[in-house]
Order: sequence, then C-alpha cells, then structure tokens
Amino acid sequence: MTSIPKPSVRHPGLPRNALGLTTRDYEGGMSTLCAGCGHDSITAAIIQAVWELDLPPHRAAKLSGIGCSSKTTAYFMRQSHGFNAVHGRMPAVASGVHAANRELVCIGVSGDGDSLSIGLGQLCHAIRRNINLLYVLENNGVYGLTKGQFSASADVGSKSKRGEPNVQPPIDPVLLAITLGATFVARGFSGDKKQLVPILKAGLAHRGFALVDVISPCVTFNDHEASTKSYRFTRGHRHELAPVDFIPLTHEIAAATVPGDPVSVTMHDGSVVRFRSVGEDYDPTDRDAAYAHIRRLQAQGEVVTGLLYIDERAPDMHGVNGTIEEPLTRVPYASLCPGNAALQKLQEEYR
Amino acid sequence: MQPTDVTNPRYYHKVVDCQWGCPAHTNVPEYIRLIAQGRYTESYLLNRASNVFPGILGRTCDRPCEPACRRTRVDGKPVAICRLKRVAADLRDDVSDFLPKVPERKNGKRIALVGAGPASLTVANDLMPLGYECVVFEKLDRPGGLMRTNIPAFRLPASVLDEEVAMIIDMGVDLRLATPVTSMRALLAEDYDAVFVGSGAPKGKELDVPGRWDAKRIHIGIEWLESVHFEHVTSIGERVLIIGVGNTAMDCCRSSRRLGGRDIKVMARRSRKYFKASPWELDDALEEGVEIVENHAPRRFVVENGRLVGMEFERLAWSEKDGKQRSEVIDTVTIPCDDVILAIGQENAFPWIERDIGIAFDDAGMPVVDRVTMQCSRPGVFFGGDAAWGPENIIWAVEHGHQAAISIHNYCQGLPITDRPSYGMNLVSAKVGMHAWRYSNDYSPAPRAAMTHVELTQRFQKLNVEVELGFTAEQTAHEVERCLNCDIQTHFTAPLCIECDACVDVCPVNCLTITTDGPEEDLRTRLSAPALNRTQEIYVSAALPQTQRVMVKDEDVCLHCGLCAERCPTAAWDMREFTVLIPYAGKPASYELRTANPIPSGLSSQLAVRSSQPL
Repeated sequence: MTSIPKPSVRHPGLPRNALGLTTRDYEGGMSTLCAGCGHDSITAAIIQAVWELDLPPHRAAKLSGIGCSSKTTAYFMRQSHGFNAVHGRMPAVASGVHAANRELVCIGVSGDGDSLSIGLGQLCHAIRRNINLLYVLENNGVYGLTKGQFSASADVGSKSKRGEPNVQPPIDPVLLAITLGATFVARGFSGDKKQLVPILKAGLAHRGFALVDVISPCVTFNDHEASTKSYRFTRGHRHELAPVDFIPLTHEIAAATVPGDPVSVTMHDGSVVRFRSVGEDYDPTDRDAAYAHIRRLQAQGEVVTGLLYIDERAPDMHGVNGTIEEPLTRVPYASLCPGNAALQKLQEEYR
Repeated sequence: MQPTDVTNPRYYHKVVDCQWGCPAHTNVPEYIRLIAQGRYTESYLLNRASNVFPGILGRTCDRPCEPACRRTRVDGKPVAICRLKRVAADLRDDVSDFLPKVPERKNGKRIALVGAGPASLTVANDLMPLGYECVVFEKLDRPGGLMRTNIPAFRLPASVLDEEVAMIIDMGVDLRLATPVTSMRALLAEDYDAVFVGSGAPKGKELDVPGRWDAKRIHIGIEWLESVHFEHVTSIGERVLIIGVGNTAMDCCRSSRRLGGRDIKVMARRSRKYFKASPWELDDALEEGVEIVENHAPRRFVVENGRLVGMEFERLAWSEKDGKQRSEVIDTVTIPCDDVILAIGQENAFPWIERDIGIAFDDAGMPVVDRVTMQCSRPGVFFGGDAAWGPENIIWAVEHGHQAAISIHNYCQGLPITDRPSYGMNLVSAKVGMHAWRYSNDYSPAPRAAMTHVELTQRFQKLNVEVELGFTAEQTAHEVERCLNCDIQTHFTAPLCIECDACVDVCPVNCLTITTDGPEEDLRTRLSAPALNRTQEIYVSAALPQTQRVMVKDEDVCLHCGLCAERCPTAAWDMREFTVLIPYAGKPASYELRTANPIPSGLSSQLAVRSSQPL
C-alpha cells in the first residue's frame, strides 16, 4: 500500500468517454494491498474496461467474498452498489442481486481460496444457474492474508517461499467451468492488460455467467524462482490461445465475415467478439474441442490464456425461469406478493 | 529510442522547471523546503549562492521561474516562488558569519568594474573571496544602479537594497561613487588586469513625433524615475499619460499616482495579450486606479501657447494576415493631459568607449560580446547585465556577472576563457523509512496564496510605503506545500523491474507506460496519456528484463508524489534528491554527499550517482 491516497488531480489531457467521465472517475478507495500485487493491476483493468464500455457507475453492483482479492471491490467505482459477503458466499448474494434487479451490471471479484476452497460449491451452482455475472477470479495460488499457504489452485511441484513443494493436484477453474457448462470461460494475466481488458469487456457484455480466471502473482508470498504463479514463470510459459478484440455496438462493423476471417461471435446486445486468430484445431465455440485442447497444452506445461470458450445462445437464469423483463425491484409490492388470499387459492389447486 | 542518460546533469536539471528557467539556476525546491522547515537563514544563503540578491529579487524579480513552474500545468497557477524568497529574506537571522570570506592576502590582480549595478556587484561578489582587488566606478552617489534609481521605493525599500549591496561592498570593494568613467581608453591605460562593463542601458528611448520639442512636461520614463528617487521631482499634474506598457511604464504610472496624479492613463499600441509588463505588475497598477488604454498609437503632442494640453492618438484595429499582425487606423482621438511620460524602452549608450581601441560595435551601436564568455572583441574587457545585449532584468545581470567572473578568473590565471568548468550533480535517495521520504510528498490542492497589499488610502500618503506586506506565517505554510518538489526525481533502475504495472496503475497523472520501444515521435502518441507537450522530455529506460519492453515516463505533469516508488515492490522506482552542482569562479562544482540518513556502504553506489559533465 502507499502512505497517501492517490491525489485527486488528474492529467489535463485525459480522454473522456461517452458519459463525459475519465478513468479517474471510475476509481475507488486507496488500495491497502502489498506494493506490486497483481490484484491492483486487475482493478486497473476493470476500471479501464468499464470506462471503455461507458458504464454508468450507479448501474453496477460489485460483489465479493473474503480475501485479498475480495478487498479490491472497494478500489474501483466508488459510486457503485456493493456487497462484501461471507467467505465463499458471494455467488449466493450475486444470485440474489441478479434475481431482484436484472438491469444491474454485476461484477464479482473473488480469489482462488474464496472460489476453489470454501466457496467451491457456491461457484459451481452459480455456473449452473448461469446468473448474469462477470466473475473475476484473482488467482495467485496462495493464501496471502494468512501468510502464504498453498491454495487449491497451486500446481504440483510449485514451491512455497520457504522451499516446500506442493503435492496435491490443483483445481483448475477454467476446466472446471467448462465441464460444468459455463457459457463464457477465459483466462488472463494481471501483467497483460492488452489481453485482459477486451476479455473483461466481452465478459461484461456476455449474458450469463462469465468466468475470467486471472493469474495474479502474489509479490509477497508467491513471486519467487520456484513458483509457477510468478510474473516471470507466467510470462515464460504463457500460451495465448485465442486473442480477442471486443467491438462494442456503437462502432460500425466494417464488413461481413468472409471465409478465412477469424471467428466472430455476436453478443446478445449486438456487440461483437472477434477472435484475431485461432489455432487450426481450435474452436472457441466447441466445448469438447476447447476442453481437449486446453488439456493438451496444459500437459505440455503451458499456461493457456485467452477467451477459451464462449456460448452466446444459452439462456441466463432469468431466461431459464421465464422471469418478466422488468426488474423485480420495480414491480409493485402488491403484484410481487399478492397476499394470503392468493396463496390459499394457489394451494387449493394442489389439493 | 536511445535509453535516457540520467547521469548527464542536464536531464534531471531540466525536470526542475523553475531552476531550469532561472537564468542563475537558483535551487528553488530546496530553498522552499528549507522555508517549510523554518530554516530561513539557510534558505537565504542557498538563494544567495546563485542569485546574490534574495531580498531584492524576492520583491522585484521578473520571475522567469514562475511561468515555467510545473504547478502551472497541473492546476493553472504557479507556486509563488518569488514571494517565498522574500519570506526567507525577511525572516532570516544575521548572515554576516556565513558570507564568503575574503582573504587578507590578495592575489595581486586588480579588476575595474564600470557601474555599481547588479552585474558588477555579482562579479565583485565572486572575485573578492578569491583575493582580487575590485574597483567599482559609479556615476551616481549611491551604489545599486537601476535597482536603486528605477525601482520605486514602494516596491523595494531602500533598507533592503542597502543591506544586500553592503554585503558585497563590505568585502572590501573599492567603491568610487560619483566617479563616472568618461574614457575607456584612459581606463585601459591604468593598471588593471581586466575590465568589466556593467553600466546598464541608461538611455530612455525617444518618441520623435510632432510637438515633442515644443513643450516641457514631456518626460523620459527612466530619467523621470531617477529624478523622483533623488527627489528632484516631487509632484506631477493631475492628468498623466504614460506611453508604453512595459514594467517601467508600470513604475511610472504608480509613482505618478503618489505624486499627485489623479487621472492616469497608460497608452498601449496593441491589445493586452502583447503587453510587455508582467501580469502581476499590470494588476497592481489597475488596483491603484490606473487606466490602461489599448490600441492607441501616439501621433502628436498637442501644444497650445507653449503648454502641453493633450496628445493625439490613432485608434487602431489589429488583424492577422499570414501570421503577421497588421493595423488599420480607425480614427484619431485627442486625450487631454498635463504630463506625458515616455516609457517605450531603453537603449545602451557608450559615448565613453572610443571606437578605435579594439572594442568592436555592431551596426546598432552595441558591443560585440560573446554569449558564453561575456568577453568583447578586446581581450580582457568583459560586458554583462543590460550593457551587454540591451535591457533584460536583474536576474540575468546576476548570471552574466557569474559567467564574467569565471572568464575574468581564467583570464587572470592565464587559462583560456573558453575553458568553462563543468556542472556536476548529486543524486541521493530521499527514502528515510518505510514509505517515509525526506520531503512532503502529498499533493496539496491549496490555491496560490494572494499577496496582501497595504490599504489604498495609506499607500499614497508617502512615496516609500511598501505596498506588499509579505506572506503571513499561515500563507507561507500553505504556499510551501504547493511546491511539487520537482528536484526529488523519480529514478528508475530497469534491471530491477518485474513489470507488475503497479506504478503505471497508481500514477495519478498517467505519466508512466510500459510499452514496446519505438522512435520518440511514435512513442509520444502511445503513452497512457499522449505526451503532447514537446517542451518536456520523455524518459525511456533500457529494455526491461522479462519482456524487453521499455518503461516510458512523460515528465510533463509528474507530481513527484512518489506513489510509483511506494507501489514498486522491487525499488526499481526510487525518489532521489537531485542537486545540480553549479561552478563559480574559482569554485568547481564539487561532489558532496548530502543525505538525511547514513547510507549502508553496500548501497551507496546504487543510491548515489556522481557525475560531472558540461550542461
């Protein structure tokens, strides 16, 4: 952390988005994380993404659990709604938020401990329900707040700061999400915003659960020589599988796709995710192929990054449940809860 | 782009905008920090080392530092550097024990100095401690030159001037008052080892339009100010016209106001944008009820029965064509007046320098003087101040004096005067603990302190009531915090960087970018915020260890808040106090380690960079 908050003065030439806001307007409180923490870079990437999307800050809800990563929702969009939930229970709260007000843009931030240990069940069911949520999993392989024990995402053979190797196999959130039927699965790296920002924007535009696993080195406990989640290791072993550009609806899309063009996926709001290049045997819209491909590269010791799988046709939680278009928060109480007489009448039908 | 070489003092010196902008390179941020700590005497002495007259300049300087101040680019108003200098001068203790010591034993060299103004006095200040004998010839009966005769006492009290001039004279200067030099040939015939001409630009420009010679009560600005100073003039008519809008015009109109003028108009040929007067001097004149009339070109003096009754002007409309300003006469107007003061500029006059003694003059009647050595075409004769290239200001005269002193010292030692001593630098970590720096790194959003003035009713009672009261303790405390400490440099050590982006993310003013290398023109366009201010450098590091990209910093609006260094996990960024070491005559720029805390021996090479190069 720093000794002083970031001064409010800004660069006089800072560009403004369609709402007249600068990136500085999307900032939050002063970070108390360690100097050089990957999480702070992810915060900056989120700020860049929501600024580029012209997202009105008061139309967003920030949700998190417990951990270094979960503190970061305080560090961006100070004007937005927020809920800091119990450890591992953020998906439940997010489900509630999304159920009550489907118009809010939900941004969940969690870590490898919060998501893959104590909150693993919650994560699985959030994926299964396909709630409309950008779920950023800040993954550093250690429990930073409790002095650097291995987390459930630590790789076999990766050593702790004191030299102990990890022996338990990791849970890979990306493979887990693909198996569970997630509709948007990506992996980024906190040290590469060029890749991360378009992924976050696509995740926000995606209707449904968007899991973005971000390798985010812990400078204090897991950035040493023998770590597999360090800046140097990630840079050395990163395999960018499917780099994407995100083209929001407001931009004119120049030409229809022609054969030989990269794959493009049109999002439900009309914006387009355009894959700049994909490998010959890789199709980011084919779940089985994507899974097999990622497994193959992982076996070679590569850290696969990029937008790995996308399915834009699946309905989200409201779609599955056939909920009305209007956010429930705007439905008058009398309609939402018609009272005892209506309940008795309903129960009568089942007698 | 080539990685930036920060071991050349020039790079970091240029980052300290105020010091770079000051002709004498006064170490502004350091003296402001000393004021903040209440160390006024040290602050005064630091000032004096470079600008020699802190008390005088703290009231009268043209302040080239202030338009240069980074704070202007950040929040629109520069730090009140000049008036903080006055705080140090006003609140200091006795400094006589700390002034340069003059040796008992002289070195046998005698220097003649013509004129007792700031340029000559600076030469004496630099040479006396080296054992020179300095003989100063002054045509008036008091020393100080234009600082005394042309700056009214309501801006510069005589006591302040006397004290700072005395600091130099009391070193043992042989001051010969009321002794004008009438012949350079005669002076050169005397037994001097070198001659310095610091006689100023003492001739006010004429306005030769019809009627000029037909009436009295048409005055030349600087001559009139001198007469006011010596009390040869004690009153003026009620209606006064000042022709010209330079700083002399401001002094003339404000002096007129104190001598009985009621309806005072400053007549300008052009619009306010083109006025030569400093904006603050214009404001002070307006505050005193002086009217400034734009776009009026003088045509003739209206004289009736041998008495000046008014002046006729052409009203002009200005337009721009092909980048040139053109004027068109709309009509003519006559403005009645009792007195006219001409303040349209000054010229040099050297009737006392014979033209056949090896001192070359150009077509405009100016001596041919070398820009670096200050020497004219005759070896051993040096010029400085307004005498060298026409009217400048006090701070330039001081710098000319320093440079001339170096040349004279070389000349008298038999060394080539083109051998200029090199500049040096100190660069020492400002870190004194975990997130603790030896400067106040937080940004103060306080607005610039406004100077308090004496009530209008009081200030016109006497000619010498000083208008500016100086800053109060509270104003000083706020103003020192506005300084961004640009001399505390963001110093980058590329091999330590792990490219975590922490510094890029935390920088409040988007100075930093990690990107692929490229030519400067291209790099400037792809930074976190485009680097559009070409007058400011961009720093480019060597290739970074992990990705071979480079760290780029746009110096333009850096707050020197140190957040990059606080956020850096590997201390690749560090805040380091930079001091440019300036050589003076007989005193080469020497390396000295100054730090608040002892540096562990293993670290010293990493934390301190020693360098010595010409700027």
